Amino acid sequence: MSATLPTRFELNGRPVEVTVPARTTLADCLRHHLMQTGTHVGCEHGVCGACTVIVDGAAVRSCLMLAVQADGAKVTTVEGLSNDESLTPLQAEFRKHHALQCGFCTPGMLTTAHALLTEEPDADRERIREVLSGNVCRCTGYIAIVEAVYAARGAYGHNPKVAA
Amino acid sequence: MKLPPFEYAAPATLAEAIALLAAGDGNAKALSGGQSFLPVLAFRLASPSLIVDLRKVPGLGRIDIDANGVRLGAKVRWRDIGDDERLRTAHPLLQAAIAHVAHYQIRNRGTVGGSLAHADPAAEMPGIAVACDAQLVLAGPKGTRTVPAAEFFTGALSTVLASDELITEVHLPAWPATRRWAFEEFALRRGDFALAGVAVHYDPDAEGRVTNAHIGVIGACTRPHRIAAAEAVLNGKRPDAAQILAAASAAAEAVDPPGDLHASADYRRALVATLLERALTRAAQ
Amino acid sequence: MSAPDAFVAKTVGTPVERIEDLRLLRGQGQYVDDLHPEGLLHAAILRSAVPHGVIRSIDVTAALTMPGVRAVYTGADIARDSGGAVPVVSLRLAPLPELEPFGQPVIAHAKVRYVGEALAVVVADSAGLAEDALEVIEVDIESLDVVPDRHASAANKVLLFENLGRNVPITYTAAKGDAAAAFARAPYVRKESFRVQRHSAVCMEPRGVLAVWDGAATKMTVSGAAKVPFATRKILARHMDLPEECVDLIESDVGGGFGVRGEFYSEDFLIPFAARKLNRPVKWIEDRRENLLCSNHSREIDMDLEIACEKDGTIIGLRGQAWVDAGAYMRTSAAVPPRNVAQFVSGPYKIANIEVKSSVMLTNKNPIGTYRGPGRFEGDFFRERLIDMAAGDLGIDRVEMRRRNLPAEKDMPYPLATLNQPEKKEELDSGDYQITLDRCLAEFKWQEKAALQGKLVDGRYHGIAIGCFIEGGAAGPRENARMVADPDGQISVFVGSTSIGQGLETVSVQIAADALGVPMDRIHFFHGSTTYLKEGFGSYHSRSVVMGGSAIIDAARNLKAALRTAAATRLGCAAAEVVIGEGLTASHGGRSLTLAELASAGIDAEGTFANHHHTYAYGAAAAHVAVDPRTGRVQVLEYVTVEDVGRIINPLTTHGQAIGAVVQGLGGTLLEHLQYDENGQFLTGSLADYLLPTSTDFPNIKAFVLENSPSPNNPLGAKGAGEGGIVPVGGVVANAVANALSTLGVEPRELPLSPPKIWALVQTAR
Repeated sequence: MSATLPTRFELNGRPVEVTVPARTTLADCLRHHLMQTGTHVGCEHGVCGACTVIVDGAAVRSCLMLAVQADGAKVTTVEGLSNDESLTPLQAEFRKHHALQCGFCTPGMLTTAHALLTEEPDADRERIREVLSGNVCRCTGYIAIVEAVYAARGAYGHNPKVAA
Repeated sequence: MKLPPFEYAAPATLAEAIALLAAGDGNAKALSGGQSFLPVLAFRLASPSLIVDLRKVPGLGRIDIDANGVRLGAKVRWRDIGDDERLRTAHPLLQAAIAHVAHYQIRNRGTVGGSLAHADPAAEMPGIAVACDAQLVLAGPKGTRTVPAAEFFTGALSTVLASDELITEVHLPAWPATRRWAFEEFALRRGDFALAGVAVHYDPDAEGRVTNAHIGVIGACTRPHRIAAAEAVLNGKRPDAAQILAAASAAAEAVDPPGDLHASADYRRALVATLLERALTRAAQ
Repeated sequence: MSAPDAFVAKTVGTPVERIEDLRLLRGQGQYVDDLHPEGLLHAAILRSAVPHGVIRSIDVTAALTMPGVRAVYTGADIARDSGGAVPVVSLRLAPLPELEPFGQPVIAHAKVRYVGEALAVVVADSAGLAEDALEVIEVDIESLDVVPDRHASAANKVLLFENLGRNVPITYTAAKGDAAAAFARAPYVRKESFRVQRHSAVCMEPRGVLAVWDGAATKMTVSGAAKVPFATRKILARHMDLPEECVDLIESDVGGGFGVRGEFYSEDFLIPFAARKLNRPVKWIEDRRENLLCSNHSREIDMDLEIACEKDGTIIGLRGQAWVDAGAYMRTSAAVPPRNVAQFVSGPYKIANIEVKSSVMLTNKNPIGTYRGPGRFEGDFFRERLIDMAAGDLGIDRVEMRRRNLPAEKDMPYPLATLNQPEKKEELDSGDYQITLDRCLAEFKWQEKAALQGKLVDGRYHGIAIGCFIEGGAAGPRENARMVADPDGQISVFVGSTSIGQGLETVSVQIAADALGVPMDRIHFFHGSTTYLKEGFGSYHSRSVVMGGSAIIDAARNLKAALRTAAATRLGCAAAEVVIGEGLTASHGGRSLTLAELASAGIDAEGTFANHHHTYAYGAAAAHVAVDPRTGRVQVLEYVTVEDVGRIINPLTTHGQAIGAVVQGLGGTLLEHLQYDENGQFLTGSLADYLLPTSTDFPNIKAFVLENSPSPNNPLGAKGAGEGGIVPVGGVVANAVANALSTLGVEPRELPLSPPKIWALVQTAR
């Protein structure tokens, strides 16, 4: 039982260890202790989805998770989606479709879409819309985001024979 | 909106978890998926001295299905219910209702036990538990006890769960293959808590008459409950349009919804009638 | 402009993928909360839970003993350090001496006037520790009666400012022609009362301030600036008693603006104040509850509007009275919504006689400011509803009624009503308004859908509507730009415009590249921060492309002139004879000089664009809705917007802005509502209660952006284009709902069109 806890997990393929107060959310741990500021915090109460990260393959809201709950897990943030300076196919589709304006919700959109397409590369537009409904964007009106995710399915092994 | 300070423990067994809760003297709180509880902390609506994280407690994540029905472990997540092919026949009403819970990310972490303990009157899982005569298994320092869902919820965000008890399991009675059912809810946006929702099921007899009608309501209430008056209208009758309307208006009369910033009590009452009419019509088809 | 310097569009007008996306997509954006300077402390703010009261005492003793707490400041501390009085923030836009006393003090001192007003600032080692200390500050406030709405405000029985004797700081009038005479002779008049609910921008990134004080250098550096950094610097320097050159405002990536973010708020003083007192960097990041409670609200306007028509539907007069619930203080941009609703309630229509009054009503609520399409969204709802009602009364087709009243191209420039106090004349600059109306009808397939009007299909009533709108842009007085050409051929461009997420970087670089005749990748773009230019004005009133873009063109022209002068002596010719070609090479008589040869130490030029003529983009929008009378749910099956913006710099970004603005407008029309109870308590402090549109709500929006009628008022021919999409949404959707429920006689007069409200209207109609 402790108020400050050492926590070890794998972040974007690299092992990390931090000691944080128990009350530290995974989002704040990533941003303010590990200085990975790509994950954004938009509401801190689990509605806006900007803080979405992938924990052991599942998209989760990192503001609704204590950092210590990630102990032993594999965590992927927007920084971990691409290893080099080039954009991933998903990121490139976002750019091509103008699926971002201010960019604040974008990391959460990308991690959510990445988790979705990894699990369901044949997701249709309705499914994409449904999944993205947990991520609020105030700039784009969502249409371009849905189209960008839809267009990126090929990179995740989408079977073109599956009806759209 | 930073969480208030607390100590943290992640016990490895159920017994340890219960012991920690008991030692906390009412100031320790169990953490399951945290999808309802962390927002409560973020708004500082609760300030527990100790959080007992159940993530290492084994054996609470199973969905077991047999002739007696469906047993959901407390740590079963919404997505586990959605993904389980067996539930399509073993408990289609449960799956249909849980499809309305929140959003993708929350569904990856939110749990059955967490939702039942949180006891939001608009939440689907408590509603299904009540509408389906579920039994909740609670474990405490003195052992386990089984509480019918109808007696578990005592009001908005309030239950009979003691501060040193944990929900370990929910048992939903067996689901006959011929059962008719429907779930309808109305929320302002997809994934929001329902302004009202109804879960219905009944077992038609050989002549197509309703027997064993169960009608549960969420949202338009301070705790989920069955609507006996509407069930009585249906039992023994054919669910034709007139009977459905009669049940719907009986339900609207029987509920006592609160009004709040999102909708008036009158609106919610009317919504119960509309949703029940639609649910019963669909169930009868 | 000499012929060789003519602006040749190469990248302008093409869908260039955005420069900023490369960092934003990889999580490499840098927003204010991403900054972590050495020695950083964190601030949290204690906010009043009492809407109206007299502060008896604030006891911070216990808070000072909490772990990690470095300091706690109250109004008394700040008054003591500020010459005895708490600084009061003045209006930035349309200031008047009589409005000054209603400005907001940077912290409550003697009185509190709304729930959420700052009472104390805690600075601690972490944000969590600072918030912990808030809980032990003891506040004793004697509650006063509350002014919860504009009616109580008008009664003047309870006063927010006892010494000023009134709750209504000002009533504006917008007028033209002789409204009284027009109404006296009109064969048809109708008067209606309407209401738009309080809502606001709710940017995805909450506000934030990071202040770093360098005592040795007497330098205050504040990050988190947006919208108007130079104006913010001026206010901050004055209240901190520092020369302006000792204060810098730094703009980093900004997560949405929409008018609300970047105005001078209390925290823009409190955090620098704490940083200077403690001589340590201090950061405050607004949390979402504070964002909903304290960032500028907007839109809450009641209006009685009256229309006078000929029998054939020609509108001959418009008059009315608006009451703008302004909250407790006149903040920096608070005068704009009441002024705009008066001046622009006539919209795009040719109306000869207008007299509209607009009163600012103080209440015990969070103060208001501008939000995308301020006063215009509201005015369009009022007017378009009334036009549909009038068309119904007169038996005239709704499309024909609008068509008949649009100005013709030959009417341009067409004068709008003139606003008093201070006087402001406006005229529509250019355009053929019939074209956007026709295009909208065609894209919407109006004729096909007309048969659906009022039809009940599978339990839902279908309705359609169309409306016309204008969008103002290009606020003056001017904007500035500076260019530095380095010998290696790279050009740095600095502009006073600010990026609030709208794609400023990309469109500005497009303009600069074409103006200079160099590829985009040779241009490095810097914007917003006060360190780049002597003076800048920022981004509001859809002004960045027109004002900033035109300043860039001027700077490019001056840079080329400087290159000509530098080249002339070496080429042995007159400066005017030097030809500046591709890549800024200077040539004459077969000889040429590269930029490296010309400018071994670099060469720079400034540019400015001054303008007092606003641009008016214009268009039409149509909606098809289905309404479930049992639940009251309005589903927007299709929404089409068509807007002529004069000149499109980047079709990707203009289209994106149009769609985004429409969805924001649909949020304000159907979902969003900042609610208070009758005691002045705030009810919608979470995103579970304040309902923003999500991806499943409005999937079918189409936007068509045209460039038929360039503005005559700037070298690009561009018109402000970021706000038009939102302006007509409330009116068009409400008219479609009225059309759908016409057999029931439902006439919505209030927003939002939420299911419970529509249901209640259906109940009453039955």
